Amino acid sequence: MFDVLVRSVPSRTSLRYLRSFNRVPSLVRDLSSVTAEDVTHFSKILSPSCVLSTFPPSSAPVEELANFNSDWMGKYKGASTTVLKPKNTQQVSEILKWCWERRIGVVPQGGNTGLVGGSVPVNDEVILSLRNMNNIRSFDPVSGILVTDAGCILESLTEFIAPHRHIMPLDLGAKGSCMIGGNVSTNAGGLRLLRYGSLHGSVLGLEVVLPDGTVMNQLSTLRKDNTGYDLKQLFIGAEGTLGVVTGVSILTAAAPEASNNVILVLRDFKDVLPLYQIVKQHLSEILSAFEFIDKGAYDLATKHGQGRALDDSDVEGAGCFVLVETSGGKREHDEEKLNELLESLLSADKPLITTGVLSQSPAQFSSLWALREGVTEAVSKEGKAYKYDISIPLSAFKDVVDATREHLRKKGLMRDDAVKHVIGYGHVGDGNLHLNVVAQTYSKEIESALEPFVYELVESYRGSISAEHGVGVMKTHALHYTKDAVSIEWMKKIKELFDERGIMNPGKVIV
Amino acid sequence: MYPSTVRLLNILVPIKRCVDYAVKIRVNPQQTGIDLNVKHSMNPFDEIAVEEAVRIRERMKEKVSSIKVVTIGPPKSAETLRTALAMGADSAIHVELPESAPSPEPLGVAKALQAVIAREKEKGGVDLVIMGKQAIDDDAGQTGQILAGLLDWPQATFASKVDVDEANGVVNVAGEIDGGSQVLKCKLPLVVTTDLRLNEPRYASLPNIMKAKKKPIEKLSPADLRVDLTPRLETLKITEPPKRVGGGKARCVSNVDELIAKLKDAGLVTS
Repeated sequence: MFDVLVRSVPSRTSLRYLRSFNRVPSLVRDLSSVTAEDVTHFSKILSPSCVLSTFPPSSAPVEELANFNSDWMGKYKGASTTVLKPKNTQQVSEILKWCWERRIGVVPQGGNTGLVGGSVPVNDEVILSLRNMNNIRSFDPVSGILVTDAGCILESLTEFIAPHRHIMPLDLGAKGSCMIGGNVSTNAGGLRLLRYGSLHGSVLGLEVVLPDGTVMNQLSTLRKDNTGYDLKQLFIGAEGTLGVVTGVSILTAAAPEASNNVILVLRDFKDVLPLYQIVKQHLSEILSAFEFIDKGAYDLATKHGQGRALDDSDVEGAGCFVLVETSGGKREHDEEKLNELLESLLSADKPLITTGVLSQSPAQFSSLWALREGVTEAVSKEGKAYKYDISIPLSAFKDVVDATREHLRKKGLMRDDAVKHVIGYGHVGDGNLHLNVVAQTYSKEIESALEPFVYELVESYRGSISAEHGVGVMKTHALHYTKDAVSIEWMKKIKELFDERGIMNPGKVIV
Repeated sequence: MYPSTVRLLNILVPIKRCVDYAVKIRVNPQQTGIDLNVKHSMNPFDEIAVEEAVRIRERMKEKVSSIKVVTIGPPKSAETLRTALAMGADSAIHVELPESAPSPEPLGVAKALQAVIAREKEKGGVDLVIMGKQAIDDDAGQTGQILAGLLDWPQATFASKVDVDEANGVVNVAGEIDGGSQVLKCKLPLVVTTDLRLNEPRYASLPNIMKAKKKPIEKLSPADLRVDLTPRLETLKITEPPKRVGGGKARCVSNVDELIAKLKDAGLVTS
């Protein structure tokens, strides 16, 4: 991946400069760089602690902006000189108004946990961090409707509504850092999508600041409202390219009275599909997650201490693992269904599973989940990851992982100093595989071996090159593998309509 | 006291069902106790005790004749017994108390366990009692020691390593003490209480969970044991500790006099 570190850009960023990257943006207009005068102006709108810039009055050393300029994986690096952290929507509006006038690029940033480089600048755009907008505006425990600022961390929202016996409709490994505004802007999926659906369904309203500073308030707490085009759907998943999400109204779900999980050990991946069918039949409405990790992913997770490993004797001969979670209103009812399922699985003539572990306490429940949720972190500790988040038919999951590994082997790249592991894990229930290629370091050689190989492979299955991670800067050139030319053309028209000056998150999604 | 010939070991593991350690506990509105409508699980130290018993059997094989678990508690405690059976215990005893009964105290529990052990004499007796050093709800840490006293058995507490030396008919138990650890050489029968470092309890695997359903649980009442579990202590009131007040704005003091003045202001120093 390109590793851009621009030390100082005193003059206007031009198209010619941006062409020196691999991607040639066609919609990027000439954008201005931030100057000292801009920062002086921002310092009038925001309190001193909300402006972090190498320019005065902040005059911070550039290292202090490092975390804002770099993504979570350390794969994408921007060169912003200025981070703004507004406290309310009015401030966001004034910032955007100024940036629209001055044609300064703006990168909205939440928890910066995205995996496609969408939350860091491509050059020296202003980073607009939503972290200070962390007020919970209201919560109705009867309807479960939560209205909050965009900068609230997902886990804090979960903790806030817990005493009212509600849970957020989404959950993901990054919950301790990701913010709800970012979740909405990326239409985050996660571990609960199977049960609670996508954000396109659970978000009831948005407050958005448009690129020119206009505030569009669609913060509704209405469950049903069919009065015209549903504009909020455009912003859900727009990855900050159409405007800045500042407020979210979301429908939370009643917390299950009983939760249980079990890890099932399978000898062969081909048993996952029939297992999924049986599990769905037996568990029916209490099934809340069905996750798959291959042996490689399990080994990495346990190697890096993510959750406690199963007994060696249980893991012998295992090809892959499935984590099943149930959530329901009555513990005895759920346990009865679960026990019936497990008994029938174990006593079948041709058992699909060799063994499994059923959690016996809340501590074990978390530990089993950690084995799945911790894979992402284990991968980042093991090396540098190329992540391909794809939607493909369930039957193809193993074939895609194997084909990728074989392809790399043929290119002589499967070695300790190049590609260490090729693993797969993901949301079987949603048809979403996370193919991870773990390398010693990022390198052009590995990247060109993987792309467009993986995208073409996905296209051959008529799948999606980005199931839930989004486009960011990583896949702007790859949309055509999944969307037709007409669709892409109309997406460009919508981008032009909202942001003809091209200041919102330039170089991302639609270029 | 016992000959040093090889003996078959009968292990008894008393366990307790407690509020799970991850739960945020709240005082109930009547201020008589904590809200018990929360998740419960096996006392972690007792889990370690069950694990240790199973490991001893894995090492000594058929020389361990039986591993029995026992609990004293309401009907729901039976689930905790099933978990222990799934981890490898052979059978269980449930001294059942009514749902509304107050929690028994260490002395009462120890007397009940003594009665259970006396009953077991006809079935081969009990040679080794392994139990948690304390329960995480009351943190009393007394039951093991009281039991040993009532039975007049040796006790090895806060065990971080248990080594059954059958050849010599003794058990070497390494226990944690303030200064480090000590090793006690104990004769059987013996009471051992477990500490955190002893082992890491296993997950119960599915086949074992299924098998556990068929293992026997014997139900008894305190009356069967001729034991009275009425508490001897009366809880007057339970309240949360006062909320911690912040230390005030973080300020550096420039010298000792300023520090003393500030301490006096805060009422922490009288003169």
